[in-house]
Amino acid sequence: MSDITISERQAGDVTILDLEGKVTIGEGSVALRNAIRRLLGEGKNKILLNLGSVGYIDSSGIGELVSSFTAVNKENGTLKLLNLTQKIQDLLAITKLLTVFDVYEDEAAALSSFE
Amino acid sequence: MSSNLELILPSRIESVDEAASKAETFARENGFGDDVVSAVDLAVRESVANAVKHGNKFDEEKPVRVFFEAVPNEFSIQVRDHGSGFSVKEIPDPTDPANILNVSGRGILFMRSFMDEVEWVNHAEGGTVVKMIKRS
Repeated sequence: MSDITISERQAGDVTILDLEGKVTIGEGSVALRNAIRRLLGEGKNKILLNLGSVGYIDSSGIGELVSSFTAVNKENGTLKLLNLTQKIQDLLAITKLLTVFDVYEDEAAALSSFE
Repeated sequence: MSSNLELILPSRIESVDEAASKAETFARENGFGDDVVSAVDLAVRESVANAVKHGNKFDEEKPVRVFFEAVPNEFSIQVRDHGSGFSVKEIPDPTDPANILNVSGRGILFMRSFMDEVEWVNHAEGGTVVKMIKRS
């Protein structure tokens, strides 16, 4: 069984990826990387990652968030984060990445920020 | 009173989950609560991942040795690889603005943030041992 499930929704020109499971070294990180690459290949470069159901993330998963952010920026797109769990928030604070990512607790507010 | 557990794991990614799972069971059996279990889980995952990836470079001939010891109010972890060693001082600070968008290099920061003591020792017979302690 896969460690992570990634579901895709479209809200206007913003693609929302709902992540559920673990974003960790190996399968979880690779699944996220592949999903982002596929979206960019389809020309979808406004991406909102919903992390509300991510039960666990490690340094590899945090690295994959950074890698996704950089890859989307290179395509002149925007990647934002939605619904951080307390654990993810703590890890992003420790790594000072909360200053890098645009983070939202409310999906509607996140979507309107792309306009 | 103390109890301990030793694991010898192959150098593959699946060993990360296996070590973390055994650590949680061992910690619970020895009466540690959620705070210790959560910190130990993260530290075990990061240290075993480092041993598999950077130390043993996925060479399955080289084992990762993991040792847990529980004494009242203190959980100790040792993780040994069979790599060529490294100097922790040479690992760039991942919070430095120049490194903040680096994809890797945050595992050691996580271990130091969640454990009370972390040190790296060169093993006399080769490889590196990371020793960590979490107190409740």
